[in-house]
Amino acid sequence: MWRVARAAVAILVVGAVGYVTFAQGVNPVPEGVELTGNWVSRSFTEWNTQTKRTFDYLGIPLSDAGHAWTLSHSEEQLSEPERQCAFYSSTYFPYGFAPMPMWKETELRSGSTVAWVLGGWLDVVPVVIWMDGRPHPSQYAPHDAGGFTTGVWENDVLTTYTTHMIANLLHRRAPHSDLATMTMRFSRHADILSLTGRIEDPVYLTEPLYVSREWQLSSVPTNRSAVPCSSAFEGIPTGKVPYYLPGQNPFVDEVSKIWGIPQEAVNGGAETIYPEFRKKLKDKYKRPEKCVANASELQAGACGGPGRIQPVVN
Amino acid sequence: MAHPAFKNLLLATGAAGVAVFLLTIQEPGYAQGGRGGGGQANQPPPTGKAAAPFDPTGYWVSLITNNWRFRMVPPAKGDYAVIPISAAGKKIADAWDPAQDEATGNQCKHYGAASIMYQPTRIHVTWQDDNTLRMDTDAGTQTRVFQFGKPAAPPGKRTWQGSSVAVWEARRANNPAPSARYLKVTTTNMLSGYLRKNGVPYGESAVLTEYYDLYQERDGTTMIIVTAVVQDPVYLETRYITISHFKKEPDGSKWDPTPCSARW
Repeated sequence: MWRVARAAVAILVVGAVGYVTFAQGVNPVPEGVELTGNWVSRSFTEWNTQTKRTFDYLGIPLSDAGHAWTLSHSEEQLSEPERQCAFYSSTYFPYGFAPMPMWKETELRSGSTVAWVLGGWLDVVPVVIWMDGRPHPSQYAPHDAGGFTTGVWENDVLTTYTTHMIANLLHRRAPHSDLATMTMRFSRHADILSLTGRIEDPVYLTEPLYVSREWQLSSVPTNRSAVPCSSAFEGIPTGKVPYYLPGQNPFVDEVSKIWGIPQEAVNGGAETIYPEFRKKLKDKYKRPEKCVANASELQAGACGGPGRIQPVVN
Repeated sequence: MAHPAFKNLLLATGAAGVAVFLLTIQEPGYAQGGRGGGGQANQPPPTGKAAAPFDPTGYWVSLITNNWRFRMVPPAKGDYAVIPISAAGKKIADAWDPAQDEATGNQCKHYGAASIMYQPTRIHVTWQDDNTLRMDTDAGTQTRVFQFGKPAAPPGKRTWQGSSVAVWEARRANNPAPSARYLKVTTTNMLSGYLRKNGVPYGESAVLTEYYDLYQERDGTTMIIVTAVVQDPVYLETRYITISHFKKEPDGSKWDPTPCSARW
């Protein structure tokens, strides 16, 4: 009799524990929100087109080292055969230069999310966001363009943290070092995805840089890279690194001349991103009489106008 | 007659059975988001203040890191880049005359609800009462009022800031956690104004929808990120979406009220 009773209790206890474990495995509390889809970058919040000027650091809290980098940097570096197919950094996602297809990789039986993936493009590196709790590698581990990214759900916002990026371009014409880190937050509101990046860099930035981009969900597959990148001669021979010596960068005052914006703002710096900086600009800024653009820039939408921004197909 | 210890064993067995039964009926309830969704029946819904998943109050400063040249300085007349302006909107913008705005007392046309959050400004957020969140801006000294629950009165005269209805909205129906909510504000009844300080218009039929997210950073910084969507069937060809960053400040020592200006 005692043996039977003990066995009954044991079966019930094991059953209860097993139920809880099994139930969590088969029907877990859902994690986060659905982000799978083709996200189309809109250009409203951050305008980065070919009409952006060569020496334009407006709104970037550059350090002195960052400013020195900008003075010596030549955009012709992008035409070096060695760099043409070097991927842009993960920091390009919050700047939103390319389409952003997103999908998740799941554990085949439990269905739990192992990683989210930000699809790459011709020259934008794909990013794997590890969701399985793995740690970041040692600081001495190899770095690459994409870096190493982990993610967690915080109040249904996908929050990611990226380390181990090689020194690269923050955006097309600004630097980040190999010590830079980035936090991204993917916050979905219906068919709109707000992506906010916080980039920290002890070398080239004096305070965290916040950049955001709005995305809209599209039913049309995003335009992905059809062929692998291949380098070609773009006027810069192998082994040459274009640069400017101090005082010789011809583009430094281009923005001031065209848009009337004082040079101290064009150079960037933390002071320039706060509202009180406008007081320093008020007596120096010269508003152009009309929108300034050459024919090719107008063709690219430099001054905007009806028909320039297409609705997203959904 | 059974041994007392055996009776206890039977009782324990029964209790374990009840526990398994309770677990069985509890699980679906959790998955359906039965907790924290909205109070018990016959109880009034919580006030906007009581239901707040985060504290939006305090002084906040905008960080102008995106589209600096359209926001920190007034751009050239005719510069409509990145705004989905319609032909009707362009016609209005092409005729923009700041002197006329000054002469007619319309210096605040660029400080209306549809554009004020995208400007360089500090904001001061307070609870006016349990269902009213108030936001003051030092740029243009404007006041926005976000009303939770049913409006006390129908909208009155149109104003620059219009009438704003607020709700703490969940990102998905089946998340029971109140913390997983953001502030959604829908604003109508606005006077027509400017999206950019060069005359790009929005009209009286425009609807502004805003989503406020609060993020806590590793270094203690607190940020509010505002995603604003302007829909205007007359002056815009498609939705105009912008995102603004606001960093929390320890106090109001940098608060600097400045009047509306049609030119600067």
